[in-house]
Amino acid sequence: MNYGELQATASQVRRDIVRMVHAVQSGHPGGSLGCTDLLVQLYFDTMNVNPSSFDMDGRGEDLFFLSNGHISPVWYSVLARRGYFPVTELATFRKLNSRLQGHPATEEGLPGIRVASGSLGQGLSVALGAAQVKKLAGEETWVYSLHGDGELQEGQIWEAAMYAAHHKIDNILSFVDCNGQQIDGPTDDVMSLGDLAGKWAAFGWHVLSCDGHDFEDLQRTIQAGHARRGTGQPTVVLMKTEMGKGVDFMEGTHKWHGIAPSDEQLDLALGQLDSTLEDY
Amino acid sequence: MVDSHHILLNPTENKDTRSGFGQGLLEAGQADSNVVGLCADLTGSLKMNAFQNAFSERFFQVGIAEANMMGVAAGMTIGGKIPFTGTFANFSTGRVYDQIRQSIAYSEKNVKICASHAGLTLGEDGATHQILEDIGMMKMLPNMTVIVPADYEQTRQATLAIAKHHGPVYLRFGRPKVPVFIQPEAPFELGKIQRIITGSDVTIAACGHLVWEAVQAAVELHKEGISAEVLNVHTVKPLDETTLVESAKRTGAVVVAEEHQRLGGLGSSIAQCLASHHPTKMDFVAVEDQFGESGTPNQLMAKYGLDAKTIVKKTRALLGR
Repeated sequence: MNYGELQATASQVRRDIVRMVHAVQSGHPGGSLGCTDLLVQLYFDTMNVNPSSFDMDGRGEDLFFLSNGHISPVWYSVLARRGYFPVTELATFRKLNSRLQGHPATEEGLPGIRVASGSLGQGLSVALGAAQVKKLAGEETWVYSLHGDGELQEGQIWEAAMYAAHHKIDNILSFVDCNGQQIDGPTDDVMSLGDLAGKWAAFGWHVLSCDGHDFEDLQRTIQAGHARRGTGQPTVVLMKTEMGKGVDFMEGTHKWHGIAPSDEQLDLALGQLDSTLEDY
Repeated sequence: MVDSHHILLNPTENKDTRSGFGQGLLEAGQADSNVVGLCADLTGSLKMNAFQNAFSERFFQVGIAEANMMGVAAGMTIGGKIPFTGTFANFSTGRVYDQIRQSIAYSEKNVKICASHAGLTLGEDGATHQILEDIGMMKMLPNMTVIVPADYEQTRQATLAIAKHHGPVYLRFGRPKVPVFIQPEAPFELGKIQRIITGSDVTIAACGHLVWEAVQAAVELHKEGISAEVLNVHTVKPLDETTLVESAKRTGAVVVAEEHQRLGGLGSSIAQCLASHHPTKMDFVAVEDQFGESGTPNQLMAKYGLDAKTIVKKTRALLGR
């Protein structure tokens, strides 16, 4: 996909996100909007996946793990738009008897989801296990994971970070959504993360950084990550994003972490986001 | 003599159940190349060395990081591996409950959580390590199978059986050397109670180390003219309700014995089952809402009443004898 097509897809995904959250008056729009460009880049350009015949084991495919499961709206929209399940199903988000649970889950059999997430800090460990199996199988595929910056306050992340370096897992590319926000306020106020690049480096990871809203920079960074295969070192991308990106009144504040827009706010938001692939 | 099946009433050999796990894991690894082992710095204690030496490329040292171990194990099922995690029962359950709940049980991952040093028989290390709540925690999780084998041979068989069973499993075993009394040809089937002694006056249902105590209690009760049936409930979940209810209907009295808290263990599962299907007078041999302490396994089992003597006493009282 060229940059224009990626941007157009991202615009539609952002419309889906605000419409899904508005429809059920529940969910997490801020982080979803902030990670839209990364997920569109991965699923529509970078990853080799088989959306029409989803298989839990994913042999021979690239895998993606969403560790910060509360941004499920962006994942569901991207999966549907990529062909994992009908886009009309986005209308069932967070409703009774839906496959689109509040946080991603496998129990209802939604194609594209390989492990439940929501309780934070667990996804890196799972992604590393999956990556090791791919190494054992001799695959040239990649495993990608996404984590919130606030999520890095969970201790399990650092257990996993140590494990990845020790076991030389160099077929994983982990992204940290550095929006500087969490539920109670800026991360610097709630529990400062300090020198994140230094922390990951000290745990033995190769550290890259990029602008999470610039497809050119995302692609360049992913290529730089891919070039690290064979080094025996895992790679993390500290991805600078803006929470609520694309909807001006949601941008840059933790207040839209887990709040749904009103009818008027929905209209305002949709006025800022082009419908490029038809609304569901 | 009591009417026993597939057991030795005078066993000559003592072995630890954890060694049964170690042998079973080695054999499971030989039988299926998808079996992988993960251990959190307790390879020797869990007897995983044989597997590690035989299949070094399939063994993953995780260090003292049990939460990560559970997540990595969940991830390894994606692609078809059958991960066996090994650490003490305390660190296999309470320490990592949320990881097991979300990444393994809710996600329906084919992980085998193998837990040694369960209960009071861990001994001298004391209450910090003597978990007595793990059966309760694990049986409450949807999708989870809970196995508590009785001796070395049964732990070996159970390890092989869970490798072939698809779905999350909690396998609980222990540290001390205990009698090897179940004969190898005894049929072991997940989810199926073993009736190891047939009797008509009372049913003694037990799991783990308490099964041998129940056998000794039945022999003692027999001398007093009380015919005790002994059920080895090695699969705590799913509970074999059919065998249990059939036995309770015949005997009319049930004593449950386990190395676990009375609240939430095998006893409460059996009480719930019988309350629904065949209300029966019952009593329980278990830890009474207390933490353990340092001591030798035998001292602790005696002090906390987890022995044949206590089973006999409670059975007599239940029957009004």
